[in-house]
Amino acid sequence: MFRFLLSRLALIVPTFFGITVIAFLFPRLLKGDPVLLLSGERGVSPERYAMLNEQFGFDRPLIVQYFDYVWHLLGGDFGTSIATKSPVLHDFFALFPATVELSLFAVTFAVIIGIPAGIIAAVKRGSLFDQGAMGIALAGYSMPIFWWGLLLIVIFSTTLGWTPIDGRIGLRYFFDSVTGFMTIDALISGQRGAFSSAVSHLILPTIVLGTIPLAVIARQTRSAMLEVLSEDYIRTARAKGLPPRRVIGVHALRNALIPVVTTIGLQTGLLLAGAILTEHIFSWPGIGKWMLDSLSQRDYPAVQGGLILIALVVMVVNIIVDVLYGLINPAIRYRS
Amino acid sequence: MRKTVALFAATAFATLISGGALAQTLVYCSEGSPEGFDPGPFTAGTTFDATRPVYDRLVHFEPGTTSVVPGLGLAESWDVSDDGLTYTFHIKPGVKFHTTGYFTPTRDLNADDVIFSFTRQSDQSSPWYQYSPGISWEYYNAMSMPDLIASIERVDDLTVAFHLTRPEAPFIANMGMDFASIVSKEYADQLQAAGNMVQFNQMPIGTGPFEFVAYQQDATIRYARFDDYWGTPAGVENLIFSITVDASVRAQKLIAGECDIMPYPNPADIAMLAANPNIVLEQQEGLNVGFLAYNTQQAPFDNPQVRTALNMAINKPAILEAVYQGFGQAAINPIPPTMWSYNTNIQDWEYNPTAARAMLEAAGVTNLTMNVWAMPVSRPYNPNARRMAELIQADFAAVGVTVNIVSYEWGEYLARSQEVTRDGAVLLGWNGDNGDPDNFLAVLLGCDAVGGANRAQWCNAEFDALVQQAKTVADQDERAALYMQAQEIFHAEAPWAPIAHSVAVMPVRSNVQGYVMNPFAIHEFATVTVQ
Amino acid sequence: MTDATVPPAPTPPRARSPWPARRKAIGEFWFTFRQNRGAVIGLVVFALLILIAVFAPLIAPFGFDQIFYDHFRTPPAWQEGGVPQFLLGTDGIGRDVLSRLIYGARYSLLIGVVVVVLSLLGGVLLGLVAGYFGGKTDIVIMRVMDVILSFPSILLALVLVAILGPSLMNAMIAVAVVLQPHFARLARAAVRVEKSRDYVTSAQVAGASHLRQMFVTILPNIFAPLIVQATLSFSTAVLEAAALGFLGVGAQPPTPEWGAMLAADREFILTDWWLATFPGLAILITVFAVNLVGDGLRDALDPRLKRS
Repeated sequence: MFRFLLSRLALIVPTFFGITVIAFLFPRLLKGDPVLLLSGERGVSPERYAMLNEQFGFDRPLIVQYFDYVWHLLGGDFGTSIATKSPVLHDFFALFPATVELSLFAVTFAVIIGIPAGIIAAVKRGSLFDQGAMGIALAGYSMPIFWWGLLLIVIFSTTLGWTPIDGRIGLRYFFDSVTGFMTIDALISGQRGAFSSAVSHLILPTIVLGTIPLAVIARQTRSAMLEVLSEDYIRTARAKGLPPRRVIGVHALRNALIPVVTTIGLQTGLLLAGAILTEHIFSWPGIGKWMLDSLSQRDYPAVQGGLILIALVVMVVNIIVDVLYGLINPAIRYRS
Repeated sequence: MRKTVALFAATAFATLISGGALAQTLVYCSEGSPEGFDPGPFTAGTTFDATRPVYDRLVHFEPGTTSVVPGLGLAESWDVSDDGLTYTFHIKPGVKFHTTGYFTPTRDLNADDVIFSFTRQSDQSSPWYQYSPGISWEYYNAMSMPDLIASIERVDDLTVAFHLTRPEAPFIANMGMDFASIVSKEYADQLQAAGNMVQFNQMPIGTGPFEFVAYQQDATIRYARFDDYWGTPAGVENLIFSITVDASVRAQKLIAGECDIMPYPNPADIAMLAANPNIVLEQQEGLNVGFLAYNTQQAPFDNPQVRTALNMAINKPAILEAVYQGFGQAAINPIPPTMWSYNTNIQDWEYNPTAARAMLEAAGVTNLTMNVWAMPVSRPYNPNARRMAELIQADFAAVGVTVNIVSYEWGEYLARSQEVTRDGAVLLGWNGDNGDPDNFLAVLLGCDAVGGANRAQWCNAEFDALVQQAKTVADQDERAALYMQAQEIFHAEAPWAPIAHSVAVMPVRSNVQGYVMNPFAIHEFATVTVQ
Repeated sequence: MTDATVPPAPTPPRARSPWPARRKAIGEFWFTFRQNRGAVIGLVVFALLILIAVFAPLIAPFGFDQIFYDHFRTPPAWQEGGVPQFLLGTDGIGRDVLSRLIYGARYSLLIGVVVVVLSLLGGVLLGLVAGYFGGKTDIVIMRVMDVILSFPSILLALVLVAILGPSLMNAMIAVAVVLQPHFARLARAAVRVEKSRDYVTSAQVAGASHLRQMFVTILPNIFAPLIVQATLSFSTAVLEAAALGFLGVGAQPPTPEWGAMLAADREFILTDWWLATFPGLAILITVFAVNLVGDGLRDALDPRLKRS
């Protein structure tokens, strides 16, 4: 196990350097100019331009800038955002909990509905439920989620008034952020109604963000179940007269879930890395929206830092998935 | 340290709300996150909206107008020397800074605070000049303050004299702008001693009607009424900015009562909002202009005949309807009609595609293909440049001119459109800073601005001389005469097609009273009450 | 990060079959494919879309950029205020929505084809080289693929478009770059399995060149998984390009690309429902149809290939 983990970690090092190269080169490849962006419609004089350029350090040789950049990264310095003038790391950690909270809700939603739907569809293969559920799943998989989100807002928030329109909690609630998770902080605060307000704000974003993972998980569960159900030992178990509930619930499910767990993990990683479209539509103050805003404002340091941090999140989640996979399925350790 | 401060503030705030005072809360659905809470280094109106509650300036504009009246701001009065080179401000006595969980002032506002508020932006040896990495003083520089202010003198505890290098008529108006907000030197000193200067931009202290409570990044800003305010106390106890980037979403929240007031509605949503019995629309003609700037140094647009012909091909009523949804008026001159010195004698170019085509042919222009640049962002002076460009594309096609629409990301757009060798005509616009015509005519059309904010790359000696002269004259009537003459030249030369002056609309819930719109598109809430 | 997710089971090596045998294989494939009702429906819809795209100028009632100054935002024909000549209404500057949707089909299909071709060529080439030569070449290529896969695809595409500039072509390039590692991994894994098989070894012994071995001997045997992946990529490409258009960095006006149409008239979402509804529906139908076909292909070509 330890060696397995080590070999996984060893793979990270070159990838990480690849990522720093991309992040470093990004602003140098852009045509937009942050100095000019800063000055808006009124423009800037050449002298002042040169001064600001020097201040941002864009006048030194590229390779010097790169090593300087990596050196600072290794020291935990991800630069200072041009837009907010605060450290990029500070901005990232201020916004990351919102993304984590939303992602966890979305994945939970997808798992709670997706796995039972997949199992039933597999067991009742060819039934109306199977066809209907898989049709819906494929439609969910084909959904342009930016449109889906707008549609749900117009129907449920504007027309019916059932759900709040945006934000993370009602404005009447105000308490300190302890964990950064609005639902947990609401409980800690003890203010009446705060928790349900936080949850109601999560409903639509959760559905929108959970749609594609839900479709993927349902389809994956179904096909994994089908495969397992056709295996010899299941047939033997059935032939021996074990009750079907037991065969499916215990023997088949345990084996079928192994690939599904991997899928869930990878989906979580992707969501954590930036629910860009969902956060954009619901003005959810998370890192996906932050990256989008930083890109459109040409906030180089924020984009660079964000790229690296997001890639790190994806890599860490993938390692956790690998390890989990290794734990539940010992065969894999020897294969790799 | 910061944690406990926030905790304290939160508890205080929670008590306020649980005391049944939610009706005393005004929720403003703002259109974006502030860049910070120090108005000095920033240029965005969104940031100034967030700093206005906290800070005052020496000079305040009369609410809803562009005129300055002594006594409204922190300066009780001011004197100007006969040569126009020295401005002496007399500061109000007994003005208090905010007392919050993170700062307790030991003294009232005095000359040191005023001087510090400006020298920190100009004195490169001051640690405050670079108190946060990458900080720069864009507005201070853009308003030419470094060249203009020779020195600032502390006459006594409550008197400050600004010595200028040249007479500058708009100087007083400039002192009413947000970069000239007065900050607390005592607070700055404390932070410097604590080695935590960055906090100056995160947790502000000022003399304004509201004190800062908390900021949840990209979500909400909370303020509480400052009870020891020197002027009329604010009308509500709590002020909350609920940051909502999308205009449709803001409208939905206003309808749902999740906010009380919102800026920049989608023109398309205005009719729907107007039909809502709980919502009142406040309107004000904006201090702005949206235009199409030709590159006057590029053939065939170096020919005024060609520019005039194209101006005659543009169907402005269609643009006003499709782009501004009726909330705008056709622009004739480069300055808006609400501004003094606006020349009412000038008639707009007649919309006449047939005559325009004939003029183009007479100028020897046939089979012309040109670029029209469409801004990628929505601005008050041009809510939808892409749509405007598509309409202009169709208009020009009708006179035999083929248009390619080009667009770049906003920063790149601003940069590339400044280039003298730029290919094509650019859609852009301007929002006034201080209500002075100089702020439009010199900034946007002066010879100095070629290769910069003068997107037409237009340098007309006669026009430039008039505008330069007007700047040094003190008498407003005399200045107005010069500016009117300059507008005549503008019309004859047509370096732009002026498109529209937009009307600013603020939808407000009907239980909100006393909101006064500000012509500079800054949103202020001190006078507002909620029933 | 890891190849554990997609264990692309390579098809068993078919000996290079004589024509009648191939025809039989195709017949078998078609038989299996026809069993899948969804796939057939998807195929029919997709064929219709192709016809619409090809004959857009004949079908569309108006030009996609034709402005009617008296008809800004006219509702669909069946609704109050609608006009029969504009069946699905008009947009913010008085252009017929139906005509724009019809022309828009051209762009969506174009995006799908261009992106799939670019990513397929790039990915397969890299994957073949990596898998065939192994060693350092393999490591370098696959680490680069890892780097690309470490970012969420839409984020990387946004970054690439930021660098290249907003346009439809650049959006397609960006999406292709983001999608090609999937092809590369597939091709590499398949090559590594095929390489050890007898027919490759014998070709090697017979003195076939590297190129010949890669393209003539090995490539035809990994067609099946590549075709399935290509179909999946087609739908992903349409979705991602539409998302880029929606975010304003894809197709530029007056191009009637569906995502860009949605973005351009998003401000009317509260007042004029048809402007945001129809383009979204068009994207959904197209992607759904392609995915139905993809499922059918997967089942017919290789039941063991799984979608991840």
